[in-house]
Amino acid sequence: MSFLALLARNRLALAGLVVMALVVALALVTPLLPLADPDVTDTGNRFLPPFSEGALLGTDHLGRDLLSRLLWGTRLSLAVGFAAAVIAAVLGAAVGIVAGYYGGRVDNLIMRGVDMLMAFPYILLALAIVAALGPGLLNALIAVAAVNIPFFARNIRGITVGIAHKEFVDAAKLAGMGDGRIILSEVLPNVIPVIVIAMSTTVGWMILETAGLSFLGLGSQPPQADLGSMLGEARSALITNPHTSVVPGMMILVIVMAINLLGDGVRDALDPRLRSGALSRPMAATMVRREGPVPQPEGEALLALRELRTEFHVKQRVYRALGGVSLGVRPGECLGIIGESGSGKSVTALSVMGLVASPPGVIAGGAVHYRGEDLVGATYERLRSLRGREIAYIFQDPLATLHPLYTVGDQLAEAIRVHRGVSRGEARSRTLALLRDVRIPNAESRLDSYPHEMSGGMRQRVGIAMALANDPQVIIADEPTTALDVTVQAQILSLLDTLRREKGLAIVFITHDFGVVAQLCDRVAVMYAGRIVEEGPTQAVLETPAHPYTRRLIACVPELGEGKRVLHAIPGLPPAVDALPPGCAFAPRCDKAAEACREGDVALHGGARKVRCLFPETAPETDPETAAEAAQ
Amino acid sequence: MGSYILKRLVSAIPVLLGITVIVFAIMALIPGDPATAILGSYATPENVEKLNRDLGLDKPAVQRYAIWLWNMVQGDFGRSFSLNRPVLDEVLDRFGATLVLAGTSFVLCSVVGVAAGVVSAARQYGAADRGITFAVLLGISIPSFFLGMMMILLFAVRLRWFPASGMWPIYGDRHLWVLLRHLTMPALALAVVATGVVARLARSAMLEVLRQDYIRTARAKGVPERGVIWRHALRAAMVSIIPVLGIQAGFVLSGAVYIEMVFQWPGVGRMLVDAILKRDILLVQGGVVFVAACYVLFNIVVDVAQSLLDPRIKT
Repeated sequence: MSFLALLARNRLALAGLVVMALVVALALVTPLLPLADPDVTDTGNRFLPPFSEGALLGTDHLGRDLLSRLLWGTRLSLAVGFAAAVIAAVLGAAVGIVAGYYGGRVDNLIMRGVDMLMAFPYILLALAIVAALGPGLLNALIAVAAVNIPFFARNIRGITVGIAHKEFVDAAKLAGMGDGRIILSEVLPNVIPVIVIAMSTTVGWMILETAGLSFLGLGSQPPQADLGSMLGEARSALITNPHTSVVPGMMILVIVMAINLLGDGVRDALDPRLRSGALSRPMAATMVRREGPVPQPEGEALLALRELRTEFHVKQRVYRALGGVSLGVRPGECLGIIGESGSGKSVTALSVMGLVASPPGVIAGGAVHYRGEDLVGATYERLRSLRGREIAYIFQDPLATLHPLYTVGDQLAEAIRVHRGVSRGEARSRTLALLRDVRIPNAESRLDSYPHEMSGGMRQRVGIAMALANDPQVIIADEPTTALDVTVQAQILSLLDTLRREKGLAIVFITHDFGVVAQLCDRVAVMYAGRIVEEGPTQAVLETPAHPYTRRLIACVPELGEGKRVLHAIPGLPPAVDALPPGCAFAPRCDKAAEACREGDVALHGGARKVRCLFPETAPETDPETAAEAAQ
Repeated sequence: MGSYILKRLVSAIPVLLGITVIVFAIMALIPGDPATAILGSYATPENVEKLNRDLGLDKPAVQRYAIWLWNMVQGDFGRSFSLNRPVLDEVLDRFGATLVLAGTSFVLCSVVGVAAGVVSAARQYGAADRGITFAVLLGISIPSFFLGMMMILLFAVRLRWFPASGMWPIYGDRHLWVLLRHLTMPALALAVVATGVVARLARSAMLEVLRQDYIRTARAKGVPERGVIWRHALRAAMVSIIPVLGIQAGFVLSGAVYIEMVFQWPGVGRMLVDAILKRDILLVQGGVVFVAACYVLFNIVVDVAQSLLDPRIKT
């Protein structure tokens, strides 16, 4: 989308643009309008109210026509403000480019000076300059421009430093171009947009600042008047004749507001994060907009997902991250969910407790049953009371998932205190016990550590301790060992396994690592493009994969001690979930795909071994367990 | 912590020196001859020359700077010719009034601005967010001196709630209550712009933080939404809000000049403007250096506050 179209879509920015264009147009045509002379005094007609005959906005304390003075004053204020902005931008950019381009000692020296200037509250510097040069509009202009030079210099320097090390600048240097030519032909064109944006956001300030100096009597001198000095002169008659103050004051307000609106619009139009809507805040729980019938609870599973569909709505596009996922986990059982990045593993995990970021996430169908209660339809308060107390999470990368500014002790204690009214002392002793449970050495001293002071393994133990804080029934672990090295990973896995046996926890373990699945999980579900393609007891799935995708996924895993062998990467990429093909989502990458695979939905079929494939590698019926079940 | 404060104080010394150099350099730009400015254009050449010698203006610039600096270090900022009293005495008298005004506004803009930003972010795109966003736009667009004048019209003249000007009544006791009545309007008028800027920044800082993984962790723990916003998100957002509060302190100090003019507040800003109009250069020079130095010291306080808030900063 083009920049102008984006700007036009922002109605407020457009309003600002229109108002500003009107004001500028008025200022331009002022000399042509049939106005009274702004400087001719007529003390017989002092302080005429607005809408008097011959004076639309009335007259001031010397009987001068206010409308005429307003338009001439606006013209002057705009001119001075823009001039100050241009001077500040040109000089500031020059200083910034020189500092950024040459770097080293030049840069150091210049930026020290800029920092010094920025150490002043801006008006002190402006006042000092006006004090030295004497009051007057030109001197006020110089002062305001000078005060704003450091701002431009700093911004432009930052951009230039980035450009000065780009390849095209190096190429120009190798081609023997001089520094001056490189700056003009290579650097400047890349910096100009930044200069323009910085100007558009500061020109309002400049107008305000010059008006301010004039208001103080340090800018334009009588009889010539800009908006600031009009306001300054009107101040003595504020109480008796307020209109003489209101007229110029409102004009400044309108101008500055229009420029601010326009500046905001320009900034927003250029910010890619705003364009994609990435700056919206996630709500407390994922939005639910279920279509179709809500599945009823069935079976003896502690936690069961039924036909769960989660989507991401970004602008007009709908990404179907989960296309109907059904899973269940029993007490004391560990279920693994495995799949490539983007297959929907994490979304499955986060959907359970409504933790998918929303917007853009929406749960569009299905149900999550915990002890027979539907969590998708639960109120936020109910969901919150279950979060961490009955169903707890362990996340990947604990450096990002632990709060950086609270001690681990505080964060653990909080997990307990949000669900149970315990005293601080009690919470602390419980916290200490938790840290010991997850085998953290010197637990006592670790309570007051911040996350950044711990190693990755220790942080992940804290994450696990936090999940265990309220003795939950279910733990959902989303790639908890991915960020860790192998030895630490083994320790964490054995810790989880012990905890599961000791406390009878149900664990949903999400990973992309078959080794981890083999070590920990009783059953495993394989996900592809937002759906489960195969599910069954871990050993059976690993030894005799039924789905071609599972087979090829396992073939990708290098094995220790097997010597060199060809690793069979799967050709192609998983499909984009906003444009899924009809039929089997894996068909485009599958060497066994036939016409039938590309038509119509393929169902997940089978008993304890389920597979979503028309031509499975091993018929699920041959699985002894299922065969026995079928025989009954 | 103590050593960190000491380190920051030591690092402020070159900045303070730089400030004196800049002020001295600007003042050296003065066209013409200060002695003529003081004595007026009818002064005899002998008198001008004598005054120049008395003021030390016949010496080279570097030497003059050194003398000026050394005197300032000893607490001698020179003598104001228009007021005929030591510059430092006058500046200290006036600075107290400015500190009361600007300090109140600073506290107001910090508290109200941050609260408005947090509410705005928490209710993104809701009615409260839209209302606050509009108020912020109005606030950062209105010139504080115009706002002050309109407040006088409404609250002092029409409604008679507050006195229109001054810090103390001409007659009567100087209670805290009397001061507060005089302070309310100027402090509010001065705080409006800075509040808008802080609210804007707080909103975007909060939105940034609310998308972080540790906020999801807090929710997964079952922390109520109020705790997520005010305890988890705000604490983290403060890390980027506090430096801006330091910058706003400079804007509040700057805006105080206008507000002091509008409300006849006996502060250092009005003193500076009067001094400029009377060409009382030593008073301008001393006032600017003093206030700028206070601002630099205040920013050290901000840095220390930042390091207390964020354990990741090496102290």
